[in-house]
Amino acid sequence: MDLAFSAEDLAFQREVREFIAENYPADIRARFDAGFEPRKEDFVRWQKILYEKGWIAPGWPKEYGGTGWTATQKYIFQEELGAANTPGIIPFGLAMVAPVIYTFGSEEQKKRFLPGILSSDVWWCQGYSEPGSGSDLASLKTKAVRQGDKYIVNGSKTWTTMAQWADWIFCLVRTDSTVKQQEGISFLLFDMKSPGVTVRPIITLEGGHEVNECFFDNVEVPVENLIGEEGMGWTYAKFLLGHERSGIAAVARSKRGIAKLKKIANAEQSNGAPLIEDPDFRRKLAELEIDLTALEYTELRTLARESQGKGPGPESSILKIKGTEIQQAITEMAVEAAGYYAFAFNHRAMDGANEPIIGPAATAFAAPAYFNMRKTSIYGGSNEIQKNIIAKMVLGL
Amino acid sequence: MDFNYSDEQKLLIDSVERFVKDDYDFDTRRAIVKSEAGFRRDLWQQFGELGWLAVPFSEEDGGLGGTPVETMIIMESFGKGLVVEPYLSTVVMAGGLLKLGGTAAQKEAILPDLMAGSLIVAVGYAEPTSRFNLADVSTTATASGDGYVLKGHKSVVLHGPMADKLIVSARTSGGQRDAEGITLFLVDAGAAGVSRQDYPTVDGLRASEVILDNVQVSAGDIVGPLGGGLALLDQVVDEAIAAICAEAVGAMEVLHKATLEYCRTRVQFGQPIGRFQVIQHRLVDMYMAYEQAKSMAIMANLKLDAEPAERRRAVSAAKVQIGKSARLVGQQAVQLHGGMGMTDELNVGHYFKRLTMIENLFGNTDFHLKRYAA
Repeated sequence: MDLAFSAEDLAFQREVREFIAENYPADIRARFDAGFEPRKEDFVRWQKILYEKGWIAPGWPKEYGGTGWTATQKYIFQEELGAANTPGIIPFGLAMVAPVIYTFGSEEQKKRFLPGILSSDVWWCQGYSEPGSGSDLASLKTKAVRQGDKYIVNGSKTWTTMAQWADWIFCLVRTDSTVKQQEGISFLLFDMKSPGVTVRPIITLEGGHEVNECFFDNVEVPVENLIGEEGMGWTYAKFLLGHERSGIAAVARSKRGIAKLKKIANAEQSNGAPLIEDPDFRRKLAELEIDLTALEYTELRTLARESQGKGPGPESSILKIKGTEIQQAITEMAVEAAGYYAFAFNHRAMDGANEPIIGPAATAFAAPAYFNMRKTSIYGGSNEIQKNIIAKMVLGL
Repeated sequence: MDFNYSDEQKLLIDSVERFVKDDYDFDTRRAIVKSEAGFRRDLWQQFGELGWLAVPFSEEDGGLGGTPVETMIIMESFGKGLVVEPYLSTVVMAGGLLKLGGTAAQKEAILPDLMAGSLIVAVGYAEPTSRFNLADVSTTATASGDGYVLKGHKSVVLHGPMADKLIVSARTSGGQRDAEGITLFLVDAGAAGVSRQDYPTVDGLRASEVILDNVQVSAGDIVGPLGGGLALLDQVVDEAIAAICAEAVGAMEVLHKATLEYCRTRVQFGQPIGRFQVIQHRLVDMYMAYEQAKSMAIMANLKLDAEPAERRRAVSAAKVQIGKSARLVGQQAVQLHGGMGMTDELNVGHYFKRLTMIENLFGNTDFHLKRYAA
């Protein structure tokens, strides 16, 4: 056992750090450091920079455009991106639908879809949840009926993240209602500009627009857009959920969150001294940091298992549960630290308007961030569902 | 011992609850929050006509002579509707300061209009560097001629944008955090040298940063004893804490009931999710948190008239319990509603946001744990 990185890994870390320092555009950095609502163009511009360097898809096999890095290198890369507060790489194309396409898709589908995903020219969204199917995803009702060389899709999807920016959707649809729920689901790709597709924004409680409802009214989808076999969609979806897990611990994001929390506690005065000097505050902060360290080393152990060829198993549900709890705890404590200025709703400044911030800059979006982070224990399989997975798959209960 | 409401109190509950149910539904409130003014003056005047704004004042002052129980009733019902009108600032706080410390002339000049709903008063007690310490006052009041000149910055003055008058704490002597030397002043919101930066709060209220730049006030504008304003402010803030504890109890009741109903009807995996034991236990936790909060809100309101040390401990204890309960009930209401709980469209998130801010208002859980232990 050895906690230290090898000389090669340290050299790689320097290389990544230098590349980010030289190539992360200052204007995007400023927007992200200030905590403004992200814009599509920021994500795309940054992803294209990584694409041109050949670093956009570390998770992919080399033959399709991956980097061929070791698990440790991938981890270092993620850590460095996080530490520099770069825009998160949007997972829907690169980390979600692409692995399904290169694993289960036809040669033609690979040629058609993978280049646009790699170059970030095509933005994807995920058509999974429905109004009646949240935790119980397999009960989904959106229907695709085959007519000649087309599927006719009817139904709706909800909580579709960034669908307002999406060019394409990968969608779980029911192609057979006569068999067991899981066996009647297929995996379809289609153009969001197809006639019959409508996107309606859902505004979340902090005032942001991240998620949407998507309605499908007789949308025609060519049969060549079916991935793999009809009725096998659930298998592909489960495969994809395994991929969705990697990075879900969000350790780098939480480290940034703690740095931000410290900034607030340095700015906030309490009895004539910065709040960060208050012993009670320091004790709570220490507890948070220790929780995060435990999560980080649990993730590293998971990673080590992965590099020995043991793929992410149901144990990765630990990473999702603890990762989201810690993200939530950090933002919760940021609201406590911000004191009275947590009240101020700097909504126009959050959208990037040139508006003065009420109170210290560090506290400006503390409350909206806390409200928004409540989603993390709900999405990607709620934490209750994750505990069911651990109980069943790990503990054998 | 008696935890029952009197017949008059029951009538008050009926009347405020009916108002919230019939005239202050979620869409009405949403429209108010989004409006330019951020409150409804006609409703405020209606509160005046119904006598709600006169409840805590003595009959001698033209009020109804209510006890803290009546204020608790009103605030709890307002909590159920997330009422944003300035009851806390104007009636409980400014009214409380004038009731306890106002001169006969001040009461005569202000209370009749305040009780009628035609005069709104907000209170400035926080500053950018004061955090929750009421004694941390940098704003200065310097004697000048017959009166004083005020200079300083009062932060996050709730309901400041709609206020006709302000009551602010300022230092007439002593160092920045001395208990002695704090004096409360009545200031016209439109007086020369008063400037405001108004903004919405994350929970749907309005607040102001109030800058006092050489504002001239007279000796007749002093509320309470010269240099001894802290004890008065401390007592009134305790009354305000007891009031928001009641408001939180009302908000928690709505969340607890809405979540219970949702879990009874939301079907996943072929059954209502309320059949799953993990959900049942969560709902039980929410229910217990609500009941504990309600007990402490009642306790604190009934101890407001106790001697200061006992009052302070009771109020801090209640604020700690309400903070813990509000967090659990708010977070779990969102969690159990799933994605729907995250939307602006559903009321749940709005109650959660208000409860979060109540947790921070007048000192968070850490602050009141310390104050209790001290």
